[in-house]
Amino acid sequence: MYEILTGPLLWIAFAVFFVGLAARVVLYFLGLDWRLDRVAYKPHMNHGIKGAIRSVYRWLLPFGTHSWRAKPIFTVMFFAFHIGLVIVPLFLEGHAVMIRNGLGIDWPAMPQLLADILAIAAFLGGLGIAVRRLLLPEVRILTDIKDVMLLVLILTLLGSGIIATYHTANYSFWITLHVLCGVIVLLTAPFTKLAHIALFFCTRIQLGMDFGIKRGGMKSNFDW
Amino acid sequence: MPEGILCNKKPVATREDLDALLADSNGKKYYAEMEQLDVDAEKLWATIQKTMKSRTKTWLEICAHCGLCADSCFLYSVNGRDPKQVPSYKIQSTLGEIVKKKGNVSNEFMRMCMDTAWSKCTCCNRCGSFCPYGIDMGVMFSYLRGLLHSQGFVPWELKIGSGMHRLFRAQMDVTVEEFVDTCEWMVDEALEEWPCLEIPVDKEDADIVYMINAREAKHYPEDIVEAAILFHIAGENWTMPSEGWEMTSLSMFAGDWEACKMQVETVYGAMERLRPKRMVATECGHAYRATVIEGPYWAGRPDGKPPVECIHYVEWVAEALETGKLKIDPSKKIKEPVTVQDSCNYVRNAGLRDCTRIIMKHIAEDFREMAPNKEHNYCCGGGGGFNGIGRYRKQRNVALKMKREQILATGAKFVIAPCHNCWDAIRDLEEEYEIGIRWSFLKPILIKMVEVPEHLLPQE
Repeated sequence: MYEILTGPLLWIAFAVFFVGLAARVVLYFLGLDWRLDRVAYKPHMNHGIKGAIRSVYRWLLPFGTHSWRAKPIFTVMFFAFHIGLVIVPLFLEGHAVMIRNGLGIDWPAMPQLLADILAIAAFLGGLGIAVRRLLLPEVRILTDIKDVMLLVLILTLLGSGIIATYHTANYSFWITLHVLCGVIVLLTAPFTKLAHIALFFCTRIQLGMDFGIKRGGMKSNFDW
Repeated sequence: MPEGILCNKKPVATREDLDALLADSNGKKYYAEMEQLDVDAEKLWATIQKTMKSRTKTWLEICAHCGLCADSCFLYSVNGRDPKQVPSYKIQSTLGEIVKKKGNVSNEFMRMCMDTAWSKCTCCNRCGSFCPYGIDMGVMFSYLRGLLHSQGFVPWELKIGSGMHRLFRAQMDVTVEEFVDTCEWMVDEALEEWPCLEIPVDKEDADIVYMINAREAKHYPEDIVEAAILFHIAGENWTMPSEGWEMTSLSMFAGDWEACKMQVETVYGAMERLRPKRMVATECGHAYRATVIEGPYWAGRPDGKPPVECIHYVEWVAEALETGKLKIDPSKKIKEPVTVQDSCNYVRNAGLRDCTRIIMKHIAEDFREMAPNKEHNYCCGGGGGFNGIGRYRKQRNVALKMKREQILATGAKFVIAPCHNCWDAIRDLEEEYEIGIRWSFLKPILIKMVEVPEHLLPQE
């Protein structure tokens, strides 16, 4: 099982992930329409780009926006969750080895302790987000089965990875589960809400351009 | 009954159509007919396929259901944090469902959508600035209003308002002759106090063309004279067009995009005819949004700009005060605590947050900011057409509570509201809740404060 998952299937999954998300980005921008969106993107591209950069930058910054500052607990959970999910998969020693072997390139790795801290923080952040989803009526009303399944998938991915790191008795079970979850994430990302990995930047860029070009960006910068 | 006599999919086309609607008191018959109105699912789905591309489609699809938009919405807050008032829920359960069902929705569902689109969202766009993805539900509700309008599911007053624009190119039945007459007799009445005062109509190549809200011509003509007096004192070379002076767009509130285009093209026609250097817009928020921000797109102008540079009245006042065209008598500055209402339409949605602060610096000794303010201020409670729809009066009155709390927290008893909609909402808020406040546009208070050059005063 492990061999199949880390063999050809993994490469197929990576291909689906990268090609799929790239396609979504391209289709997104091709589908923007200055008449329908009522934003003159092209004639004011410089204002648009300025607005887009501000919009992406401020939202990537923990506590960088009014919205993040209004919900400090959520913001901490959110960034713990996302920072861990982005950085650990890329620079964990265990992953770096696979990249070095697979691609034959020199890939940097992070210290194991830092990886552990980030992964555990991400797991706790995700757990907090799940609990919040169940507890708050304003979030519960929005929640559907897909939201729950997605959180379960990501928390399983994180949890199994953390447990596998410690080479416990059931190592092969946990590592197989971990890789399985990872493959599912890669395969489904372009077709589910996971597409926000790429589409987050698209929609933030679009609204940043909207404010930068049309809704006041030529008079004052929107204070996200 | 597929189509009613009053409630149907056809916009107002004749005076008779309009009179029939106006004769139906409170839209009683209109709303009764609406309960029988057929939904043209095929046309609805075809419209969606043609007009819903990347931006809106992605917004509906990727919403993470995180609920961060909840507290950004004043309607959620003032309605006891009702989960059904969460912006994401409101749009997903209306537009989202129509899309999921490919337009196959019932009459009852469409009426629910109408009630949601016009009484649970004022299109203030505040939620859009609190969503990590930048999903602007105000924009989506405006889109939904367009779909509902195309199917005949639109509040009675807005069908009338939109019809007014179609017939008169104004939200009220004011003809060119009536408008010019109004300007003339208002000036005549003011001449004793302001010799040489004039409202130059249709002057070509002036520095400024001044455009207004039809309410001023119909119900508050003193507002036009006040503007004239301030231009007079500032020594501006200005004019008003006999045709194309109306900047508002109830059709924007109604989602009647065809009427929006007709209206704004009349306004741009006046700009092109008179060739002013700039247009100054009266103290109205949605009028500015309609004519300056959205209008160019309705008119299909690829640069997204009106034919001439357009500024809002607060921009003109700020500039006149800073350059010394208007000078304030320091002894007449407002001494009591005073606060300012930021209009969503020209502050959040057009970047004019600093103008009123500059003005306050000149005219007030104790200016108090509301919290939150500027681009994060809350809607007055009556925006997006909410003020004018009888069917939703109860909900509108609840909506005013947020502004009531914000004003009370400043400790100020005087509110400056340079926006017709906000002004109305704050007036109604005092009537409804009696918190002992006064409210005003800028013009009347500026006139009491400005220094008048000797040569403009009446000769004894």
